[in-house]
Amino acid sequence: MDDRPQGLGPRRPGSGKLAENIMHFARVLRGAGLPVGTGQVLDAIEAAQTGCLNSKADFHAALRSVFVKRHEHDVLFEEAFQIFWRKPKMLEQLIQLLFPEISRPAGEEKKKAGHRRLAESLFDQNRKVTAERRENPGELEVEASFTFSSEETLRKKDFEQMTVEEQVKAKRAIAALRAHRVSVKTRRYEALRHGERIDLRRSLKASVAAASELLELKYKRRKLRQPPLVILCDISGSMSNYSRMFLHFLHALLNDRDRVYVFVFGTRLTNITRELKRRDVDEAMQKVSGAVLDWSGGTRIGESLRVFNYRWARRVLTQGAHVMLMSDGLDRDHIEVLEQEIARLRRSARRIIWLNPLLRYSGFEPRAKGIQAIIRHVDEFRPVHNLESLEAIAAALSSPASAGHEPRRWQNAPTAA
Amino acid sequence: MQNNLPRSIDDTLDLLARGRYVADRALATVIFLALKMGRPLFLEGEAGVGKTEIAKVLAQSLGRNLIRLQCYEGLDVSSAVYEWNYPAQMIDIRLAEAAGVKDREQLAVSVFSEQFLIRRPLLQALQGLPGEAPVLLVDELDRTDEAFEAFLLEVLSDFQVTIPELGTIKATDPPIVVITSNRTREVHDALKRRCLYHWLGYPDVDRELHIIRARKPEAPEALSRQVVHFVQGLRGMDLFKPPGVAETLDWVSALHELDSVSLDPQIINDTLGVLLKYQDDIVKLEGSEAKRLLDQIRAEIRAQTPA
Repeated sequence: MDDRPQGLGPRRPGSGKLAENIMHFARVLRGAGLPVGTGQVLDAIEAAQTGCLNSKADFHAALRSVFVKRHEHDVLFEEAFQIFWRKPKMLEQLIQLLFPEISRPAGEEKKKAGHRRLAESLFDQNRKVTAERRENPGELEVEASFTFSSEETLRKKDFEQMTVEEQVKAKRAIAALRAHRVSVKTRRYEALRHGERIDLRRSLKASVAAASELLELKYKRRKLRQPPLVILCDISGSMSNYSRMFLHFLHALLNDRDRVYVFVFGTRLTNITRELKRRDVDEAMQKVSGAVLDWSGGTRIGESLRVFNYRWARRVLTQGAHVMLMSDGLDRDHIEVLEQEIARLRRSARRIIWLNPLLRYSGFEPRAKGIQAIIRHVDEFRPVHNLESLEAIAAALSSPASAGHEPRRWQNAPTAA
Repeated sequence: MQNNLPRSIDDTLDLLARGRYVADRALATVIFLALKMGRPLFLEGEAGVGKTEIAKVLAQSLGRNLIRLQCYEGLDVSSAVYEWNYPAQMIDIRLAEAAGVKDREQLAVSVFSEQFLIRRPLLQALQGLPGEAPVLLVDELDRTDEAFEAFLLEVLSDFQVTIPELGTIKATDPPIVVITSNRTREVHDALKRRCLYHWLGYPDVDRELHIIRARKPEAPEALSRQVVHFVQGLRGMDLFKPPGVAETLDWVSALHELDSVSLDPQIINDTLGVLLKYQDDIVKLEGSEAKRLLDQIRAEIRAQTPA
């Protein structure tokens, strides 16, 4: 193999720019949002020189194996590769990239998001885009958003400031959360004086060290850990009075413990875990409002649950996860889908807690068909309409279901005639 | 020193073909690089697309031992790396005392010696002979927890483990590492950064046909063709778990065992459990839907084969 740091080996004399080009390519990828480190650049150069320069396909495969570490990034890498390593058509492509709305068929939202980032990154590098554009990237995003399906209410919800009093109460809710934590036994052990099992390793070590005639037994017990918590929060029109409060609560929850995943749904399901995971609550809310497209629109609980079951359940409902469903259960159509999907969810989650703001009315009867469908499959049914009830939920996450919130209590209620 | 690693991408393709593994060139490139650069190979993809098989084929065609570490929740050092043989140690202590050994230091040294060490997969993988380093398969890494992942990162960066009572054990010749993940959980980037990553998707019609020819040569060609088209049709449907290549191969075997030479709605319904593993999916396909798909693929095949 060739040792020269920039050299290419004898195969291509005079093109000693490969290393440099790979470096530039890495910068484009980084700009487009791929986590690319210096180590990977070195790896890529090594990989390219290890007999992968015979064809473009080999070179492509080599670079991809080094730079792409997640399947989601494949699309972005693909685009970047095609553009970067094919100079003549570059400009043409770039122009297209600037107007993804025109050149691409509607519906490919994921790809489009990638395009946008990539376009910004390429321009950033090749044309030294000025600072003012960087300050105002929002404009481009807004424009792109309007090309999504027109059936949805494309309203960008403006979060109002939370009142001071509310904030104080929210903080109290978090404090309550810290007080009660549910934990489950894991399969790992930790040393403990009065544990449940004998720790032979430590016992033997101690006995050899202490020079005693008797073997002094050491004990261990199962380690405890909080199970993952998955939250599915309804943000449709009928829930709009609560959504803001809920999001603040979820922000607190998410930043208080690990392995919490937050999804919101109205007509479509959105994973907002990443957006919400910011220390500053206002910043988090802003990110969320940008990511979610169906604020205060209609509800399709069944369909949203179906998407969750198909696309996410296997990834987030592991290691005994608990599910918290925050919804009023008012889904008008497709009750069979709802019933089927909530049943499936029940089979893959350890426990489902349903939080329903309608429960605040003392004369509440689960008459709506959607509510009837869900209630059969949840472990716990609780009100959620004010901060007191949020506090109660914090506690609920730590204790076994109490009789008062037993869903069967509601199940036998008379249905609408 | 014996070194039979492939010298080029084409060599790698040959090697895989000899092991009856049908790979595309991109995969062969990544495998070649992993072998050449001594980096772990990180394979992600749906269940049943042949991730584990790559490690097996590599071990077999390179003539190396395959050491498999199946991951599960709660996997820890004592079942992944090493464990002391406590009963034997206790007997040894008793014997020493009976023989009147008073020197505790010496006793500690003799009790915690290699003689009482039980080697688990990771440790075994680090102790291969030069030129014959084994293939280490870390299967379904996503099933274990972050703590083990972090530990694995440490092992894979330096190819060494430290046993407090014994010292550090370093591999003279690092093993060929293949890590697989079904992506039920996102594996941490730090670990992936150490590896060469490849996403294994479902194969297209031609490649899946090749796979069946390589793996089940006894199956009639017409049947294989129908099966592949049917399975590809299923993958296009909205199923909870679309069938993988492993299921396709199982189905071909099953149909062959049942002496069927072509698909018909009855046999599909009877053997659907080989292909689909969720009740909802089976219900969705039973009856008219299977027939509809069958008619569709028959038309497809007719359109492809010139009259």
